[in-house]
Amino acid sequence: MFILDTEKLIQKLKEEGDQPLWEYALNQEMERSGRSREELREQMDQSLAVMERSASTARKEPVQSVSGLTGGNACRYEQYRGKGNSLLGETASLAVGMALSCSEINASMQCIVACPTAGSCGIVPAVLLACAQSRGLDRQTLINALFTASAVGIIVGSRATVSGAEGGCQAECGAAAAMGAAAVTEMLGGTPEMAFHAAAMALKNVLGLTCDPVAGLVEIPCIKRNASGAMNALLSADLALAGVRSYIPFDEVVDAMYAIGKAMPQSVRETSKGGLAVTPTGMRMKKETQRGEEG
Amino acid sequence: MKHYGVFDMIGPVMVGPSSSHTAGAARLGLFARHLCGEEIKKAVFYMHGSFAETYAGHGTDKALLAGIQGIRYDDERLKGAYELAEQKGIQAEFIPADLGEVHPNTVHMELTTESGSVFTMTGSSIGGGSICITEIDGVEVQFSGERPILATRHTDEPGVIAGITAILYAYRINIGNMQVNRTEDGKTACMYMELDGELPEHLKNALERVYGVKQVLLLNPGDIG
Repeated sequence: MFILDTEKLIQKLKEEGDQPLWEYALNQEMERSGRSREELREQMDQSLAVMERSASTARKEPVQSVSGLTGGNACRYEQYRGKGNSLLGETASLAVGMALSCSEINASMQCIVACPTAGSCGIVPAVLLACAQSRGLDRQTLINALFTASAVGIIVGSRATVSGAEGGCQAECGAAAAMGAAAVTEMLGGTPEMAFHAAAMALKNVLGLTCDPVAGLVEIPCIKRNASGAMNALLSADLALAGVRSYIPFDEVVDAMYAIGKAMPQSVRETSKGGLAVTPTGMRMKKETQRGEEG
Repeated sequence: MKHYGVFDMIGPVMVGPSSSHTAGAARLGLFARHLCGEEIKKAVFYMHGSFAETYAGHGTDKALLAGIQGIRYDDERLKGAYELAEQKGIQAEFIPADLGEVHPNTVHMELTTESGSVFTMTGSSIGGGSICITEIDGVEVQFSGERPILATRHTDEPGVIAGITAILYAYRINIGNMQVNRTEDGKTACMYMELDGELPEHLKNALERVYGVKQVLLLNPGDIG
């Protein structure tokens, strides 16, 4: 059974001769599913290929959402960044472009990898692919990192939720940022303990984040939240790699996130009855999409 | 508590835009299609909570409608579910409803098949594309779709269930949970079981030969992706 208490899990990994988190997740999955190591790595490789495609397509050509409300920003940002204008530096700006691309592909009803959800599908691919590119890491290392990310996701899903309808955006983009932060930390040589500090910091940064999408579509503010989530993940990984620790352990942050999610009014949990969705502009945009559907 | 696997968190590979509102919904539809065991001609979907509020924007309606036509959540044909349904002469209706104290993403379906059988199912999309089936034909169940399911309709008399479970025993297939209920006419019983281990196709033939069994439906996790 997957250990959901991070202190116990870190202890267990130490006892196993400093087993990395990715290896623990892979072993647990072999036991759970009865499938072989090779089969599981192969499936992850296929997911990685879908991630690579969705992280690049909308940067090359402008992609519009099915509703017509949004689109083209991944391409716009890529052109800006290509001129060397970005404030963020090479790795972070690449991650931002990739996160936007995945999210725009999602809103256009093309294939993505939910990670953990479709609304937050840009964060994990963006930070992993951008870091791997800037540090020259190979494909096997990326596959390992996806297993690390999954371990963090399993803890969030099992102790709390990754559904925006239950926990708001903190449960989706927050979980994704925690997954990405831990995966980058471990991929760049951090210990499991450091990876959990990174995950804890990433989730703490977005506690209380509402899910209030305009017109009920996974577009506004979701697409930009993916870019922001990627930055949050990179920041948290950077802090953890520098030796910064989270004062509150990861599992306690997850429990707090769940309690906050349950305390949030339903109007800001994916119902589009509150927040940005009911601003004058949000309401006007909703009307526009409905007219579009009737016409 | 649900035991999540690696690919519940990195995955599924799916058509956007929402894992709970698009992929989960398509899986609920596909689950219903498999349990019906034949083509669906008419579908009424009662949409609860967040499903009721945002189904059009998330393509939840397209996903459910695609699912009952046998289209998987990673198939880009999902986007054109209405057009496909129209070509096949499938009628569909979506009605916002209050289904009580249930998960915010819940749908109750009333489905009429080609042969005229009417069939109901309630299910929730609980996040990340995962689903939970809570009711089938008025029988309360608790299925995740991640383990094989066996559904039977049989005459309501002693010995029929023993005949069915004897065959499962012969194949060394363990029963995780089961629910039995009578239909209104008092002559037919429905049974739903969640089983451990993949179900071979010839198991269906063996079960269909059991005295009193009228109909057997098998659903393996791979059927709904």
